[in-house]
Amino acid sequence: MSATALARQILIVLVRILVGARGEWVGSTPESRSRIYFANHTSHFDTLAVISALPPELRRRTRPVAARDYWGGSALKRFVAEKCLRAVLIDRDGRGEGDPLAPVDEALARRESVLIFPEGTRGAGEEVAAFKSGLHRLAERHPEAELIPVHLDNLARVMPKGSFLIVPLTCTARFGPPLTAVPGEPKAEFLARARAAVESLAPRRKGAPT
Amino acid sequence: MSAAFGWVLVGVIAILAAATIVGRALERRATTPEGRATIQNLNARTRSWWVMAIVFGGALALGPAATTLLFAGLSFMALREFWSLAPSRAGDHRALFLSFFVALPIHYLLLGTGWYGLFAVFIPVYAFLILPAISTLAGDVTDFLARQAKVQWGLMLTVYMLSHAPALMMLDTGTDPAMLVLYLVVVAQLSDVAQYVFGKLIGRTRFSPNVSPSKTVEGLLGGWATAVLIGVALHGLTPFSPLQAAGMSLVIVVAGFFGGFVLSAVKRDLGAKDWGYVIAGHGGVLDRVDSIIFAAPLFFHLTRYWFTP
Repeated sequence: MSATALARQILIVLVRILVGARGEWVGSTPESRSRIYFANHTSHFDTLAVISALPPELRRRTRPVAARDYWGGSALKRFVAEKCLRAVLIDRDGRGEGDPLAPVDEALARRESVLIFPEGTRGAGEEVAAFKSGLHRLAERHPEAELIPVHLDNLARVMPKGSFLIVPLTCTARFGPPLTAVPGEPKAEFLARARAAVESLAPRRKGAPT
Repeated sequence: MSAAFGWVLVGVIAILAAATIVGRALERRATTPEGRATIQNLNARTRSWWVMAIVFGGALALGPAATTLLFAGLSFMALREFWSLAPSRAGDHRALFLSFFVALPIHYLLLGTGWYGLFAVFIPVYAFLILPAISTLAGDVTDFLARQAKVQWGLMLTVYMLSHAPALMMLDTGTDPAMLVLYLVVVAQLSDVAQYVFGKLIGRTRFSPNVSPSKTVEGLLGGWATAVLIGVALHGLTPFSPLQAAGMSLVIVVAGFFGGFVLSAVKRDLGAKDWGYVIAGHGGVLDRVDSIIFAAPLFFHLTRYWFTP
């Protein structure tokens, strides 16, 4: 085992202990085909949690898309992002040259999977914010990749924005059924449907299911 | 370590070995898919029971410090399960942090050092007043009363009440205090197991389909009777006479039943079937200790009132 692989394994075990990060598949199964996983963004742990929740053979072929302005910020963050998580770093503020999504296209062209957070920035955790258009562009350019909605539960409560105190709740990553393609669907409607797919995976907190 | 402890150990191993063998046999005989699922769950439960028996027995054998630490860990996991299901707002964040990392450790530290007076009031008085005071500083009044109630329920159930099982080691009854913990846990858990077995075998009449669909009147009565008989048989672990042991066991099984029942109602209110997933076949820690949560404080205070100087 290389030093990087060891660091990756330690990181995943730590995430598991700290936030549980259990994967639950509802309407889709862990398959090693090219996929675009898109999830709600609620905390710094999101990327780690989804990657930890994936089975190891899928983890190897799934590249999280991360913001360079955050994950490229220090040598440690860069090591975690690029080496441990095999992240694709992009310029979310559009300061870079050319198409910021180009590295994501390359990964999908290699038949790998990617994980993106279409809200762009961390929300308060109670509601899923409107999706940015990157997801639509990727879906159009890569019709062969399956679109899998992912809902992350509880992570916003582990460490809310502006607090450094960790409350050790367990987080579940729920992987939902693939989003079906609707030919000719306008961008706004597609994004609203994708957002609704993530939101529908949120657990019901009231009422009594059997 | 008394000879009685050895006998309980032998008994538990015998029951688990029998359950393992019967489970294997049933697995071969099950034909319907539902039958197979039930047997698989039964065997998962038995396997988890082996682990739980070894961990609990090991902690008891290691002594009071290990037993207290084990229950502190169980409280931590139960509180974690409680808050993973119960909703909270950002304004509760500090109260939650303090519940996990200040109130829980201090409470168990008081238990470990045998400071009974402060142990008894620390959470119901100090945490009760300080946590909402800190919450108000966040300035969020939405659902304030309901949110504070959840903070208190979480701490009271998973930390305060549960800790009364290891707190039995503080009682000077003239017998080995660790054996009181063993007595409580064995009677309460065997009652749960016997309720499950009787329920599956002869259960017909649902006790309360809304709250806990698997509980039946037949299971309940069969389970209680079995557990009380076991409680009488084990009176040698305790300062109780056989008749007193019957009374104490009855308190444990009835309180234990309502523990499972109340926590089931909370769970369903929160829209979940299990509290967690760490104990295969059973669900979460809170699914397993729910009966202890209600039985331990009653058993503790009855024993303290009548059997200590």
